[in-house]
Amino acid sequence: MSETIWLIPLIPLLSSVTLMLFGSRLKASQIGILGVASVGIAALLTLLLAVEFMQNQQVIQLSLWTWMEVAGFAPGISFYFDGLTLVMMSVITGVGFLIHLFSTEFMEKDPSYARYFAYLNMFVAAMLILVMADNLLLLYLGWEGVGVCSYLLVGFWYQHNANGHAARKAFIVTRIGDTAMALGLLLLFTQLGTLDIQTMVGEANQTWQVGDTIPLIACLLLVCGAVGKSAQLPLHTWLPDAMAGPTPVSALIHAATMVTAGVYLIARTHGLFLLAPTAMTVVAVIGITTSLMAAFTALMQTDIKRILAYSTISQIGYMFLALGVGAWSAGIFHLMTHAFFKALLFLGSGAIIHCLHHEHNIFKMGGLRTRMPVTFWSFMIGSAALAALPMTSGFFSKDQILLQAYQLPDIGPALWVAGLLGALLTAIYSFRLVFVVFFGKANTEPDKDTGWRMAVPLSVLCFLAMVGGWFMIPVTEVFPASDGSHPAHWVEYVSISVPIVGVLLAYFIFYSGRLKIDGLANSALGKSLGQFWLSGWGIDWLYDHLFVKPYYGLANMLKGEPVDAIYGLIVALNQTFNHWLSVAQSGRIRWYLASMVAGLILVITLAANLSGGSL
Amino acid sequence: MLEIVFFYIAATVALVATVMAMTRANAIHALIYLIVSLLAVAVIFFLIGAPFAAALEIVIYAGAIMVLFVFVIMMLNLGEKGDKQERQWLQPSIWAGPAVLSAVLLIELVMVISQTNGPVSVTAVSAKEVGLALFGPYVLAVEIASMLLLAGLVGSFHLGRRYLERDNLEKQGGQ
Amino acid sequence: MDGLNIPLNHILLVSSLLFAIGMLGLMIRRNIIFILMSLEVMLNAAALAFVAAGAHWGQPDGQVVFMLILTVAAAEVAVGLGLVLQVQKRFKTLDMDHANRMQG
Repeated sequence: MSETIWLIPLIPLLSSVTLMLFGSRLKASQIGILGVASVGIAALLTLLLAVEFMQNQQVIQLSLWTWMEVAGFAPGISFYFDGLTLVMMSVITGVGFLIHLFSTEFMEKDPSYARYFAYLNMFVAAMLILVMADNLLLLYLGWEGVGVCSYLLVGFWYQHNANGHAARKAFIVTRIGDTAMALGLLLLFTQLGTLDIQTMVGEANQTWQVGDTIPLIACLLLVCGAVGKSAQLPLHTWLPDAMAGPTPVSALIHAATMVTAGVYLIARTHGLFLLAPTAMTVVAVIGITTSLMAAFTALMQTDIKRILAYSTISQIGYMFLALGVGAWSAGIFHLMTHAFFKALLFLGSGAIIHCLHHEHNIFKMGGLRTRMPVTFWSFMIGSAALAALPMTSGFFSKDQILLQAYQLPDIGPALWVAGLLGALLTAIYSFRLVFVVFFGKANTEPDKDTGWRMAVPLSVLCFLAMVGGWFMIPVTEVFPASDGSHPAHWVEYVSISVPIVGVLLAYFIFYSGRLKIDGLANSALGKSLGQFWLSGWGIDWLYDHLFVKPYYGLANMLKGEPVDAIYGLIVALNQTFNHWLSVAQSGRIRWYLASMVAGLILVITLAANLSGGSL
Repeated sequence: MLEIVFFYIAATVALVATVMAMTRANAIHALIYLIVSLLAVAVIFFLIGAPFAAALEIVIYAGAIMVLFVFVIMMLNLGEKGDKQERQWLQPSIWAGPAVLSAVLLIELVMVISQTNGPVSVTAVSAKEVGLALFGPYVLAVEIASMLLLAGLVGSFHLGRRYLERDNLEKQGGQ
Repeated sequence: MDGLNIPLNHILLVSSLLFAIGMLGLMIRRNIIFILMSLEVMLNAAALAFVAAGAHWGQPDGQVVFMLILTVAAAEVAVGLGLVLQVQKRFKTLDMDHANRMQG
């Protein structure tokens, strides 16, 4: 098995290529089977691999061939497999398989069925390459591959201008981070002479001391890449707009897998980050700030997918917080549980949207509890896990993060308090969603209930979201062990109780109505604050005025090619002189004669003067 | 002394005749004045001791070349209408500018010339000397001149023949 | 022929005057026949200057060049008058300003 791990990314890739080339000639059922089965086989192989890994704990390093070789730079197409990779691969293929299955029903009416599965399979392949890569260059290949797939799938319904715009935004904003990341790779290569992650980290530990400048710069550049991919401040603006894509795509790419690539990157290169404590603090601060900002924004959104998008940003913020405080395994653990419950929520929202004539506004839903029971329970479980209610998967992972954050010296308690505030907000907005959509009176009648291809993935994910917290992820060998100390018990109790308080608040505000917030919401301050949060803290507006508009202005200015004007002037002068000369070509002999005589006079005058005043 | 007087008379005649030639409206009149001017120049040649050049001037210039002009003018048959047209073209507004230019050029030439001094030679240069020079050091120039004449011959034949042929063709077409 | 001392610069002055008059004629006339005549005058003026210079130095070279000018004049007139015929044929006029198709 260990020799054939290359099959896992290859199978979805082959399926994708087949669908691209022959998709138009295949029947819809064949396309569905091919698309789902390829990821299914990959998932099965991953499962076999996992079983084997659990038995012998053997790290696999497999080099297929040398990609290129230039002056000592020889990155290989080589894979590295350890516990971290296994977790990521399991999430990608497992959740990916469920989402593929869900998609067969969700997208069955779409004319571009084959294109959809081709992109989705290609995404799975690229994501697998990303997590399996042994060197940063191959990782970067996968990194860009998922970026391209994200672009293609966000703009999947490209007939609408807004979707194309969202796709371009997603592509360009993440590209900003990717550029910084490429610079980071170049810096690492010039300093260490290799991009193989394991060798590189070893080299780095020999070359640099903790707190040196170069690893700090390199780590910050990598963080830039991670921030772009994982939609953290300040590059998070693309993710809410990326919801323009089909909902299963949002579930797979923009919740479960691709957006967590940044987390994976930092976790994978944690050896470097340990050399740069400042970079880790930066990661933690970015994470917690993003988390709070997104949570406040999610509180005000009315579009079901945007709520989930902001909640994704917020949850990835928690993962960044975990990485920043050195709770590596907790971060990865949260990554996994988040993949379960957020995929569940997205698929649930997909089911609602599918059955409700593509309605996105939560206030036009309502009362769906009895009419879509499967979806209701999915949402209940997913929201409970998201809010980190005790015994759900989200509880275990988030609790670990908060407790480890609390233990950090100096800023630890502050991070903990901010994290708790985020958790409270998370509980409020997630249950606001549940109460508004599934309780109260019905505003829109669903025209159908979910079919089995939707119900099965939802059920499986429900199960995972519930019990995911009991999984032991095999990353103890990968990350340095934490000191194992525990904070005081009251810290734990507070951490546990805060989400429950949040749920109760949501219950009183949005369901029973016992807690009136209309007065607060309608006050001038409340209104403007609400508007501010609704617009995502005005960051889109800010970027629009800071970058987009000046850029347009500059482009407009340059449209007239001001630099070329100098050369244009030469041309214009030539044309003017040419015009004058062509006027001289009047075709009248007498005119020519007169000019000849004038020239003759001139020549004689000059000749006489030059010959020494003989005139 | 007589020769000097003759020279000034001949010079005056040449200048006056040339001016008249340039200002006539009738082509034949102008041509006659031009011939007079050429003859006067021939006299000057004779006076400054170049009798062979004087003879050539009369025979070839005043004779052959001017006769060509006469023939062509006769062929064109311009008549009274042409004269009127010519007079119209000779307005002061037309010749004022060129006159200024010519005057300036003349002044410059005169200023250049005024620096040379001395009389022309006492002894005449005989035709024999000219012939010896012509077929001695200048033989190549003679060859080139002959080529030029040949080219002129071919060119004028070509142009003139087509003129005549077209004329005939048009007449035939008209019939 | 003693005492023969026509000043050279007087002859050259006559030559210059003839040249200037010819040039003036060249510039003011529109009739192609008069243009050719003006050219003859100018050539003749140049020939006069050559012969005078030759006489001044007592050398035959001036007359040699005169003869070359004569050939040039003859050839030019032969071709030029042929052109006159063609111009008259094509434009039905001798006005050179009508033959301005080379206008830039």
